[in-house]
Amino acid sequence: MNLQDYFSLVFTDYTLRTITLGTAILGAVTGMLGSFAVLRKQSLLGDAISHAALPGIALAFLITGAKDTNTLLLGALVSGLIGTFWIRGIVTKTHLKSDTALGLILSLFFGFGMLLLTFIQKQPNANQAGLDKYLFGQAATLVESDVWLMAIITSICLIVMLLFWKEFKLLLFDADYTKTLGFNTKFIDVLITTFIVLAIVLGLQTVGVVLMSAMLLAPAAAARQWTNSLGKMVFLAAIFGAFSGVFGTAISASQDNLSTGPVIVIVASVFVVFSFIFSPGRGLLFRQIRFIKNRRDLELQKTLAFMYHIAETHEDISHPHTIKILNNFQGFTRKTLQKLVDKNYVTLDGAMWSLTEEGFETAANLYNQNFKKHE
Amino acid sequence: MDNMKNTHSNKETPASLSADEAGAGVVAVKVDDLTVAYNYKPVLWDIDLEIPEGVLMAIVGPNGAGKSTLIKAILGILKPIAGSVTIFGKPYHKQRSHVAYVPQKGSVDWDFPTVALDVVMMGTYGSLGWIKRPGAKEKKAALEALEKVGMLPFKNRQISQLSGGQQQRIFLARALVQDASIYFMDEPFQGVDATTEIAIINILKELRKAGKTVVVVHHDLQTVPEYFDWVTFLNVKKIATGPVKDIFNDDNLTKTYGINYKVSVQK
Repeated sequence: MNLQDYFSLVFTDYTLRTITLGTAILGAVTGMLGSFAVLRKQSLLGDAISHAALPGIALAFLITGAKDTNTLLLGALVSGLIGTFWIRGIVTKTHLKSDTALGLILSLFFGFGMLLLTFIQKQPNANQAGLDKYLFGQAATLVESDVWLMAIITSICLIVMLLFWKEFKLLLFDADYTKTLGFNTKFIDVLITTFIVLAIVLGLQTVGVVLMSAMLLAPAAAARQWTNSLGKMVFLAAIFGAFSGVFGTAISASQDNLSTGPVIVIVASVFVVFSFIFSPGRGLLFRQIRFIKNRRDLELQKTLAFMYHIAETHEDISHPHTIKILNNFQGFTRKTLQKLVDKNYVTLDGAMWSLTEEGFETAANLYNQNFKKHE
Repeated sequence: MDNMKNTHSNKETPASLSADEAGAGVVAVKVDDLTVAYNYKPVLWDIDLEIPEGVLMAIVGPNGAGKSTLIKAILGILKPIAGSVTIFGKPYHKQRSHVAYVPQKGSVDWDFPTVALDVVMMGTYGSLGWIKRPGAKEKKAALEALEKVGMLPFKNRQISQLSGGQQQRIFLARALVQDASIYFMDEPFQGVDATTEIAIINILKELRKAGKTVVVVHHDLQTVPEYFDWVTFLNVKKIATGPVKDIFNDDNLTKTYGINYKVSVQK
């Protein structure tokens, strides 16, 4: 199957449609909530949560013996939440910094989860196979009911986000101030964190424990490059996330043996790289262009200012001077001079230059410019 | 100062009190036996403090003296080990609408995706309460506050593209929007140029003229007599508090800063 086949089949083929919808919704909700995680500087929280969910999956299987997605994800949710609140507990109750707490919980829970997985594999039970798909995810196992669950949780998340938009923004920007205004910051914090845990748990089946945090971070990091408004950032992150899901599924479906989760994550990373380079405000490319342009302008201004100081000493501002004097103090200046002539600041006459009226005034105002900008 | 009456006052405070009159009037903030510790180290030790209504007060003291901590404990951001705080005779959580706070500029990430006007609007969130969105009325109030601090032309500017002084003015505008009776400010003059400093102190003096109480964590001892009418010396313990002209002297400065301090007090 090539990409074209995929896009002609996506609306008719049940499996393709289910997987595509699932990954799109997953991308949207993780992108949205990822914006909050990134702005709270809790980028690694997602990684810790997803790893912390693994023992929950294994324990849910051991206790119930069932292997349906909902039971296992419920287990993941519980152990993800426990991990998250332990992290918070460690940070508030000890001297440890949050990165230490995150790393500690991540490796502790993941290690325990792997231990349980190997234990399960050694059991004489035909039902045991397939739990390890939660490590890297397997989008092909998505069924319609999974997609419905995702859609419902995403809708709830969207409604809560719109309701508490003002409170979320306030807490993200200035937590102490939020407290003084009388808002219960703990409640808002728990609300945001719970939704992040939910979104991650939803994605475990598709993207897996190991790569899940990228779904949270990549769309948000890409979106931040394009806008200076929180609303637009969250919206863009959702769009980027959804497109990563769709494109990732399309590529993996058209290239037979590629597993979907990693492809989705790579597509999301392409969004990030593209945004880092090409976004007009914060992108590397335009920043470099602005830098070069500024340097050229400065060169011009420097020469003009130098000319001004010479011309100032004469009654007649257009008193001609030799180009040599410029070369002596300003380095090689033919190009700069030509630009000044083009701007009509300077006239050339053989080896002599002189300032025009316009050039003199521009030079005189060079120093005042900063003042004017401030007023 | 023991005979100060601890009475409640509503939002319409008696206008324009001079420092002396204010000292004899209503107590705006009363702190009793306040002790705060980080882990085992006491940061504030048994602080008793009464801030009379209508004063413009500086809190001075060396680094680590607990100046910011004092404000944060009064505002309930930090939990004290012991002690109580009342605002106009009632606990703080009942008096939030009377109190505005200007945090240290460095306490937030200015690269946050938002514009100046939006930050100032946050000052209205407290009176709006949960869920309710700011509307035209709140926007108007925010624009007026921006105008007051001379930042109206920058209302749609991304906050990371403002200078340090401009960011400080935005924070000040956010507090002005709260239309409170008591203002707590944590180093509002830190890292601002002379023009901004004058602009800010003029606004603070206007607030005092309107009968508001303003409490400022301040670092520049030279400007204390010029800017403030009331001062508190703090170094983990409270050293002294009172009118600047009575207690701002070398004796108290030496007690607070631990070295032989000589400041020529301008009168």
